[in-house]
Amino acid sequence: MRVMAQLAMVMNLDKCIGCHTCSVTCKQTWTNREGVEYVWFNNVETRPGQGYPRQYEDQRRWRGGWELSRRGRLRLRGGSRLRRLGSLFANPELPALTDYYEPWTYDYRTLTTAPLGDDSPVARPVSAVTGAPTTIHSGPNWDDSLGGGPENGALDPVVAKLRDELGHQVRFEFEQTFMFYLPRICEHCLNPSCVASCPSGAMYKRVEDGIVLVDQDRCRGWRMCVSGCPYKKVYFNHRTGKAEKCTFCYPRMEVGQPTVCAETCVGRLRYIGVLLYDVDRVTEAASVQDEKGLYPAQLDLFLDPEDPEVVAAAERSGVPHEWIQAARRSPVRDLICTYRLALPLHPEYRTMPMVWYIPPLSPVVDALAKTGFDGEDAGNLFGAIEALRIPVEYLAELFTAGDPEPVRASMRRLAAMRSFMRSVNLGEVPDQNLLSGVGLTEDQVRAMYRLLAVAKYDERYVIPTAGVGQAHELEAVATKCSLDTEGGPGMGGGGGSRGGPVELVVWNAQSRPEGLFPRRERS
Amino acid sequence: MTSPLDLLLWAVLPYVTIAVLVGGTLWRFRYDRFGLSTRSSQLHESRLLRTASPLFHFGLLFVAAGHVFGLLVPKSLTSFLGVSEEMYHLGALVMGALAGCATVAGLAILMWRRWRTPAVRGATTRNDRLTYVLLGVVLLAGMSTTVLTNGVMGEYDYRETISPWFRGILLLQPDPALMESVPLTYKAHILGAMALFCLWPFSRLVHAFTAPVQYLLRPYVVYRSRGEGLGTRELGARERRRERQGL
Repeated sequence: MRVMAQLAMVMNLDKCIGCHTCSVTCKQTWTNREGVEYVWFNNVETRPGQGYPRQYEDQRRWRGGWELSRRGRLRLRGGSRLRRLGSLFANPELPALTDYYEPWTYDYRTLTTAPLGDDSPVARPVSAVTGAPTTIHSGPNWDDSLGGGPENGALDPVVAKLRDELGHQVRFEFEQTFMFYLPRICEHCLNPSCVASCPSGAMYKRVEDGIVLVDQDRCRGWRMCVSGCPYKKVYFNHRTGKAEKCTFCYPRMEVGQPTVCAETCVGRLRYIGVLLYDVDRVTEAASVQDEKGLYPAQLDLFLDPEDPEVVAAAERSGVPHEWIQAARRSPVRDLICTYRLALPLHPEYRTMPMVWYIPPLSPVVDALAKTGFDGEDAGNLFGAIEALRIPVEYLAELFTAGDPEPVRASMRRLAAMRSFMRSVNLGEVPDQNLLSGVGLTEDQVRAMYRLLAVAKYDERYVIPTAGVGQAHELEAVATKCSLDTEGGPGMGGGGGSRGGPVELVVWNAQSRPEGLFPRRERS
Repeated sequence: MTSPLDLLLWAVLPYVTIAVLVGGTLWRFRYDRFGLSTRSSQLHESRLLRTASPLFHFGLLFVAAGHVFGLLVPKSLTSFLGVSEEMYHLGALVMGALAGCATVAGLAILMWRRWRTPAVRGATTRNDRLTYVLLGVVLLAGMSTTVLTNGVMGEYDYRETISPWFRGILLLQPDPALMESVPLTYKAHILGAMALFCLWPFSRLVHAFTAPVQYLLRPYVVYRSRGEGLGTRELGARERRRERQGL
């Protein structure tokens, strides 16, 4: 057993109102630069819907993630290493800019410089890539809140799969339709296929916290990671010619702050914490024959930080004591392992993703309330979860490779909690059978309620800092940016280049790398 | 007697080229690692690139292999192995022409694409333009040596002159006299190539030296530690001196 610590996130979809604050703050922090105009490390998509980039979940087309060979061995869905090298010169699975969207701005100047006339001036859209006037065909969130509208529903790859392979007709008639929001960041997988696809070895998983990063100084722009990632969360900067991705805001993480998307989340629906897992068994877990077995296999990888054997093994593997402590208090571990509420996104890609989701119960409650029943009565709600089979099947395709049972169990626990807490608040005698029926104790339900509904800041985010042993060095982090490390990884790059890392945030195509020429000494 | 010009072109320039190529590449790897990239434009345009880019790159790899064979393998070795002059000539002509055609066609489509696609055109630097022109000149001159000098107009056995000259350069025994009788097309090709190699480290062509062959050997998932230098930035010479002076 080799123990590694992983920073993971859980998002409670019940509380997402689709306000896109996470996307906007992330964009402003990380990708409001030349070359990444079209890039959203965090995006919020409406489901059912095509997502961003369009139909990224259709792996028959994009060939991202892993698959099992005929002999049951794990290999990249994009083909063998030789095939990957053979397609260096033109990657057949690379999405085009139009699959994301053509970024644009507006010609605002005409608003102030237009001569006086009868018509008010109009700011026409201008392509942010070429600078030429353009027509807007789609955007990063083009079908926002359209849900299963008639032109969109059938284009959702998950809907198409349900229809073609399983014979489930998802209903999009007016009164039966449903929708919810799905915020997405990089999954920081335990078995990352982007890392495995990178020919240069520039992408890596950090040993200390499991964050997946791109070494900007080693990336050569072969673009295999972009197609290798089934979630399409590695992007190509068309100015620098390098891959960029969500960094889990590691400079913030290292000083114990949550990611920008989590910090600014209006609905307070994100949870960040540590999970310990056995890195030696990852490949085995990702190679489970039955896709429906991937979710339980991944659950099985997570280790119990209360177990003395695990703690001893973790200390042997160099996991700092502070991190083991954090793993014990981890809200993420509670939601994933203890309450079994959170589920992984598309485990069938076999990447062992580490951003998990609590399925949304609210659409069910709302649908029930509209029919005149009490939406929070346990009997009604349980019945409704069963009756509204379509959302459950749909959610199962998203979160459990099609197995509806874990989704149903999670939603039943959420329903039981709502019902129980309602009787508490109304001063009624709570029905204890309700809880035993879903395998929870009263204490657990109260703790669950506190975590999900009260959602205190320091209970949502339990983030150990980069290490007490390095505290004196960390002082520098608070004043300087930790992207600025010599030989440090990630956005700032720095693989030993003499001039120090390139400041990616202020980099422009015309700039000359620092250190390219000897610095002129001034006295 | 070798004229001073011949001495300059065929004994001095080759070493200048090698020095610039090696020194420039080392310098670039050391000081501008961030700048080493394919700077792929596939994101902007994929349809033309899908045919033209493999055509060009694989063609060029074949052309390079042909050059290694023609320049480094001595004539004595091939005749010892029983390859007759006619067989060699025919083989070199056919394979060289095919690989060359593929490369030139690939480059032509790629340049047209670069010209016609606004986004790709916008991503083209002045350095790129110079590189493409030079690359085109060298390729066309090379094609003319194979197709014209060595094909249509008869036969020229470069393995008696150019190849020994090239090996002499590498063995530090340059013999510019060997190049005196060489046809003009060959001379143009070689001079152009030397200019191209001088530009190489300072252009996007440098990505060829980062070909990721190690991918075949390494484990799939790479783990890396955050490293020692966390949050600390190594001081430059100036800051170190300042620190010593207590400033």
